[in-house]
Amino acid sequence: MQKEASIRQPLILGHKTYHDITNDIVSPIEGAAPRQWKIAITIAAIIALYGVGCIAYLVGTGIGAWGLNKTVGWAWDITNFVWWVGIGHAGTLISAVLLLFRQRWRMAINRSAEAMTIFAVMMAAVFPVFHMGRVWMAYWTLPLPNQFGSLWPNFNSALMWDVFAISTYFSVSLVFWYIGLIPDFATIRDRMVKPGMKKFYSILSFGWSGRAKNWTRFEEVSLVLAGIATPLVFSVHSIVSMDFATSVVPGWHTTIFPPYFVSGAIFSGFAMVLTLLLIMRKTMRLEAYIHVKHVEYMNIVIIVTGSIVGVAYLTELFISWYSGVEYEAYAFINRFSGPYSWSYWMMMTCNVISPQLFWFKKIRTNLAATFVLSIVVNIGMWFERFVIIVTSIHRDYTPGAWGEFHPSGIDVGMFIGTIGIFFTLFLLFARYFPVLALNELKTILKMSGESYKKEAEKH
Amino acid sequence: MANKVFHVMYDDDQKLMTAAQALVSKGIRVKDVFSPFPVHGLDPVIGVKRTRLAIASFMYATTGTLLAIIGTWYFMIHDWPMNIGGKPSFSWVENAPAFVPVIFEFSVFCGAHGMVITYLLRNGLLPGMPASNPDPRTTDDKFVMEIVTDQNSSMSASELEALIKTTEVYELSIKEY
Repeated sequence: MQKEASIRQPLILGHKTYHDITNDIVSPIEGAAPRQWKIAITIAAIIALYGVGCIAYLVGTGIGAWGLNKTVGWAWDITNFVWWVGIGHAGTLISAVLLLFRQRWRMAINRSAEAMTIFAVMMAAVFPVFHMGRVWMAYWTLPLPNQFGSLWPNFNSALMWDVFAISTYFSVSLVFWYIGLIPDFATIRDRMVKPGMKKFYSILSFGWSGRAKNWTRFEEVSLVLAGIATPLVFSVHSIVSMDFATSVVPGWHTTIFPPYFVSGAIFSGFAMVLTLLLIMRKTMRLEAYIHVKHVEYMNIVIIVTGSIVGVAYLTELFISWYSGVEYEAYAFINRFSGPYSWSYWMMMTCNVISPQLFWFKKIRTNLAATFVLSIVVNIGMWFERFVIIVTSIHRDYTPGAWGEFHPSGIDVGMFIGTIGIFFTLFLLFARYFPVLALNELKTILKMSGESYKKEAEKH
Repeated sequence: MANKVFHVMYDDDQKLMTAAQALVSKGIRVKDVFSPFPVHGLDPVIGVKRTRLAIASFMYATTGTLLAIIGTWYFMIHDWPMNIGGKPSFSWVENAPAFVPVIFEFSVFCGAHGMVITYLLRNGLLPGMPASNPDPRTTDDKFVMEIVTDQNSSMSASELEALIKTTEVYELSIKEY
């Protein structure tokens, strides 16, 4: 058995046995749904339904129902798309990159972070798909034989790359998540008494039996999937950034975009993980598994990625002046002093200044402060995408074509609606799925469990 | 003589490891182990070989790369070359940089899904498949070692049982099959 240094803080607090871990994670699924859960899911479902209504209206009317105009052809829709994809970056980063780096603290958070990833990517897909207008023709993005028209999709286009990137990312994240869930579903199956529930989890568990050979394969599959999902994490948001970077719009045509978008994505993803986990650990009594040390680790990731984002903002600003291209320079002068300067300064405050507060140990180990800052970061990251998209195109080369963007009710309704759908899905996950990778946690109990570590110190 | 199957239950992974080492050193063949989580270091003791899934994954990914190369060549160069922004599609090599993202994504797609499908099929994991663990507690906190008499023909069933009982057994169930 591996030993862990005694100065390292334990990852599982209190005196837990293997059976306790199973109990702590599975008993909320067995019991009746708590009242707060019912209230929360009702609110989320109402918002979700409103969003679905807005989408139906949009499809029936056409995308003119959004506030887009001739000058600003991309606004909230693509802002929301990039925002959701960015949020969807933390899950696979946590489960893949942290697995390769052998970061054991990931085991307490990877399951819910991956669930969040999957739901966030689903929400992201809503926007470009409905932006197509005639959504029933979305399958034209697939390279199908050309009875459908005489052309193939254009593989030189960054938008086409995006179709491949997002669908690969979504489907690989989904199977990665499910492979990890199978043994945990088996644990639930073997505990369930009610026949209906037993049947349900027995189907979900695919007949997992936990043989030695199954586990060997399981570990190999997890490792290889982590290995190939890691470049995937970095490629997806790089490709999203190329939707902008390969254009000739001043403010978009920037080589810094891929790394800048990837770190922004990880930044906002971790913020969303914190927002969700801080509520979840409290309401589902998971304090022994997700404690201050985990939150601190995540806050450190936020400082690092937040600082990279800050440096990227300043680099962009400097390069726009240093390039000597007046259009490029104006795009940035307009950002911080034009009609949308309020959103630029909002972005700067939320994304560059606020995460720097985490340098203070008092703040990064304070759960309330972390919760507030995680929401601030998410607001800031939404504004970052809004600033990049709208302020770059609302004033382009010809002043005669300048314009402004005003969101319509459908714009707002769809955005709020996707938040509702996201929370509905996440609440269903928290109720019926094992929220922690419980069988993986058992493998670190003897290394990183508090009582086991104390025991080891005595010897 | 009817064949017997011993399901030896342990309540700790360390006890299981010690027992497996002790039994194997006495020449007993362990058929299988059911555990709630991967017990590291157990595989070489009971003779489970390393899986070749990673190699399979590499081959699936290579297939994906090839398909994507053939696809981009056929769609963009051969079948219907387009002149986009004054950049005509003359040859695949000249256009290759623009195809890198799609080729990469498709390789990952094939590598990941091919491997996962192989993994599920090799393990017999499909929706609705029956579970074969001998005791429901093996997915919670108990570890079961499966030993069968016809793999250990050098000793009698009672000798085998006596040897098994020298380890820290939590529960022992013997069935005939």
